[in-house]
Amino acid sequence: MTSTVEDDGQAASEVRAAGINEALTVMPDEKGHFGPYGGQFVSEILMTALAELDQAYRHLKNDKNFLAEFHHDLEHYVGRPSPLYFAERLTKQMGGARIMLKREDLNHTGAHKINNCIGQALLAKYMGKPRVIAETGAGQHGVASATVAARFGLKCRVYMGSDDIARQSPNVYRMKLLGAEVVPVTSGSRTLKDALSEAMRDWVTNVDDTYYIIGTVAGPHPYPMLVRDFQSVIGIEARAQCLKQFGTMPDAIVACVGGGSNAMGIFYPFLEDRDVRLIGVEPAGHGLETGQHAAPLSTGKIGILQGNRTYLMQDSDGQVLDTYSISAGLDYPGVGPEHAWLKDIKRAEYVAVDDKQALHAFRQLNRLEGILPALESAHGLAYAMDLAATMSKDEIIIVNLSGRGDKDIPTMAKIDGISLD
Amino acid sequence: MSRIADCFQRLADNRQKALVVYVVAGDPTPAITVPLMHDMVASGASIIELGVPFTDPEAEGPVIQLAHERAMRHRVILRNTIAMVASFREQDTVTPVVLMGYINPIEAMGYEAFAALAASAGVDGTILVNVPPEEGRVLDQAMISQGLDPIYLLAPTTPEARARMIFERTRGFTYYVSVKGTTGAGNLDIDEVTRRVAAFKAYATTPIVVGFGIKDGESAAQIARVSDGAVVGTALVSLIAANEQDPVRLREAVSELVADMRAAMDAVS
Ligand SMILES: Cc1ncc(COP(=O)(O)O)c(C=O)c1O
Repeated sequence: MTSTVEDDGQAASEVRAAGINEALTVMPDEKGHFGPYGGQFVSEILMTALAELDQAYRHLKNDKNFLAEFHHDLEHYVGRPSPLYFAERLTKQMGGARIMLKREDLNHTGAHKINNCIGQALLAKYMGKPRVIAETGAGQHGVASATVAARFGLKCRVYMGSDDIARQSPNVYRMKLLGAEVVPVTSGSRTLKDALSEAMRDWVTNVDDTYYIIGTVAGPHPYPMLVRDFQSVIGIEARAQCLKQFGTMPDAIVACVGGGSNAMGIFYPFLEDRDVRLIGVEPAGHGLETGQHAAPLSTGKIGILQGNRTYLMQDSDGQVLDTYSISAGLDYPGVGPEHAWLKDIKRAEYVAVDDKQALHAFRQLNRLEGILPALESAHGLAYAMDLAATMSKDEIIIVNLSGRGDKDIPTMAKIDGISLD
Repeated sequence: MSRIADCFQRLADNRQKALVVYVVAGDPTPAITVPLMHDMVASGASIIELGVPFTDPEAEGPVIQLAHERAMRHRVILRNTIAMVASFREQDTVTPVVLMGYINPIEAMGYEAFAALAASAGVDGTILVNVPPEEGRVLDQAMISQGLDPIYLLAPTTPEARARMIFERTRGFTYYVSVKGTTGAGNLDIDEVTRRVAAFKAYATTPIVVGFGIKDGESAAQIARVSDGAVVGTALVSLIAANEQDPVRLREAVSELVADMRAAMDAVS
């Protein structure tokens, strides 16, 4: 930590300001590598755009005005800080560790996705790009992108797999209300992965006037770094809140992992607190043994897709496998490269939870706490509930409750055989 | 000398420009690819780019995306694409064949294993759409030690300093993607291409071929006038798609377009 002090991430400097040791927070390297992972595997057309973005971000992350605008909007528009809430009845039911919920579901637009979108929309504004594009799975990132586009007066187009459009209809309509154009993607598996490819195709075509707001810590460098930095407000708050409420660190942090942004956001400020277990929960879908899941860290091999090297669900010939999860936001064959690295160096653990366990947790949280979680978040919650039962009552688990489940009501009603029409 | 270098030498001796043709291996069926390769050479193609089918061809437009899907239906993947080149080489030992595609199938096979297999099959090089020189160092070593050429791309967005770096790394030839967009996109801006290629020529280390937006004899001739060769892909793949059910007509249609382009290019050089 000598020469990079000036230049390592806004989050890293805030982490430092908060008195947190930073040895593990220096990644990625200059070219965007986290150990062997990450990088910039994109077509030549995008290399210059990525270099410009990297340069703009490295400058702006230390720019007082930029940071002031970012934090202003997090407070007054998103409604931060989000509470760290003690789920007392759920804790009692499990009979073990205290379950604390980091309430990202209470953010404006209902998920953590907005933190990143505020940051990236500001980047677009400072870089003079009048048009933004985004990919979306569950629709939460699409809604958050359309929202910030409205807020900052930017034109917005959102790519969404046609299968996801069918299962997340409330969010599709909401994006349209916000003035965004929603483009169905019918190629490949018609889910998040294909929406991301289509957004990249738009970007290579319109790179001069368009900013691509990637919704998770994946894609080519500098996206995994800057999305993590913008999302790390979650962990910075949670750490301070936990210290304030309990005078101690949590014992474990649990977050669901799709691309991995809510997990990276809450993990990052705790990386150097080596006694705090960091646990990422992937979707096991119908079960890891069925092959119908979206859990590359739990089962995958290493591969290269959509700009970076990471764990990837693929066959032995390097063809990408179709994925499955009840939760559209977790239905992705890759994962952010920093998670791949944290897994290899054993700083974080990765586990998987299937549809059934997630649905059970979803119902429990409604009944016991009056909170409707997103199906994505319910995966993290399910694992945390089981983990709590094995821990002692004076221990603390923080679950990143990444979003609320209003968007999942049609899916749940269908499972329960209820018609909403 | 390598087949690619030989090829450009031969073209120069004949005062011709390279006609580079792209089809996806196994599109629409595995059986047609090798005969189609011979047809295209007979009609005047100089170099063949054989597309390696991949589940996520993220730099392709809709026409070539569908070609990848058609080939994948027959489980054509990297291994049998390379086998097609070996089969092509039984009759043609001079026409360069380069594999064009995405890095992940090569990553899965392993760089050394890939380079050895490709070289022994008679492959001459690779054009990997999602591998810029920065990410290609290790693979390049494996390829060069087997006599294979890593061919890199230039784009309209590539600034001069970067283009110079690319010319230090590319081998065989360099591919200028003339349009911002995916394959099959947009219209050729011939003045812009002329200006850019002339600027590259001041420090180019290899011949430069130009692709994207070349669809007929006229556009091929325009490009041939200002560069070392023209690449045609989407136009050929569209003909393949249109004649999917009729292999005889498919081969005729592809041969006719290649012959038209060859004639138009030869008329101006
Ligand atoms: C509420 C919620 N949580 C989690 C995710 C998964 O994304 P990530 O892993 O990037 O946090 C999504 C994605 O749509 C989401 O909407």
